[in-house]
Amino acid sequence: MITLAHFLTLGAVLFCIAVAGIFINRKNVIVLLMCIELMLLAVNTNFVAFSRFLGDPSGQVFVFFILTVAAAEAAIGLAILVVLFRNRATIDVTDIDTLKG
Amino acid sequence: MTFELVCFYFFGAVAAIAALAVISVKNPVVAALNLVLTFFSMACVWLLAQAEFLAVALVLVYVGAVMVLFLFVVMMLDVDFAPVREGFVRFLPVGIVVAVVMLAEMLMMIGVRTLQVPVSADPAALAGMSNMGWLGRTLFRDFLLPFEVAALILTVGLIAAIPLTLRKRTGIKTQNPGRQVMVRREDRIRLVKMDAVKKGEATP
Repeated sequence: MITLAHFLTLGAVLFCIAVAGIFINRKNVIVLLMCIELMLLAVNTNFVAFSRFLGDPSGQVFVFFILTVAAAEAAIGLAILVVLFRNRATIDVTDIDTLKG
Repeated sequence: MTFELVCFYFFGAVAAIAALAVISVKNPVVAALNLVLTFFSMACVWLLAQAEFLAVALVLVYVGAVMVLFLFVVMMLDVDFAPVREGFVRFLPVGIVVAVVMLAEMLMMIGVRTLQVPVSADPAALAGMSNMGWLGRTLFRDFLLPFEVAALILTVGLIAAIPLTLRKRTGIKTQNPGRQVMVRREDRIRLVKMDAVKKGEATP
């Protein structure tokens, strides 16, 4: 039988892989964006699992909204990436230090 | 071990391996394709959790739209990925340590009580509805305002992406179709009246 722990474990594994990806791909913005998508996927899996096991549809409705916001975020992020590459001819995060943060 | 559990392990393993490939391959195009595989496997896992509508939405929205956008951008930008890969080995131990510690902590937290929660009957089926009807009733009864706000966010994102990527380049020659269509004969041709002149004859 599939239990709640199965889904939560899978979500945790995916989330940790995404965190490791952010650490080891610190320079490549495209892969960083992909890792963020992976993290959202892991969180969504937890939402779906809890919604299923608590019998509450609100969790799945929330996943719906997260999908919406993630799609908008990906569109804006990639647009910014295109503008960045056009102006600086690089996607290396360490080169983007104009704000001196 | 039921058939469902075998499916779960299979799809989960595929998703995890593809996710590992996403963060470790050299070529971002391959990474994007592996991300597609991850999303697809996770959609299958969601199907096992009887979240049919969201599984289909994940495939449509992510695999169909977002990942194609990613692939477009990766292929459109002519990025030299050799310098971008620097530091991969340097940060590899840190990344692995952080991920493993985090995973251990999460698994400890998950394992305390939830392992015993058995799978219950599908709540949507108990209510006598399909998953979509079950979700739709909640969405349009209790979450109508957030639904409209989500639509607004998508519209703003759509409009914002256009001025971000639009540019006016100076110092180049382009056609202006409007002026080309509007041009009249008088703008281009000037008829000049003059007398006929023979060769070698002095002009009057």
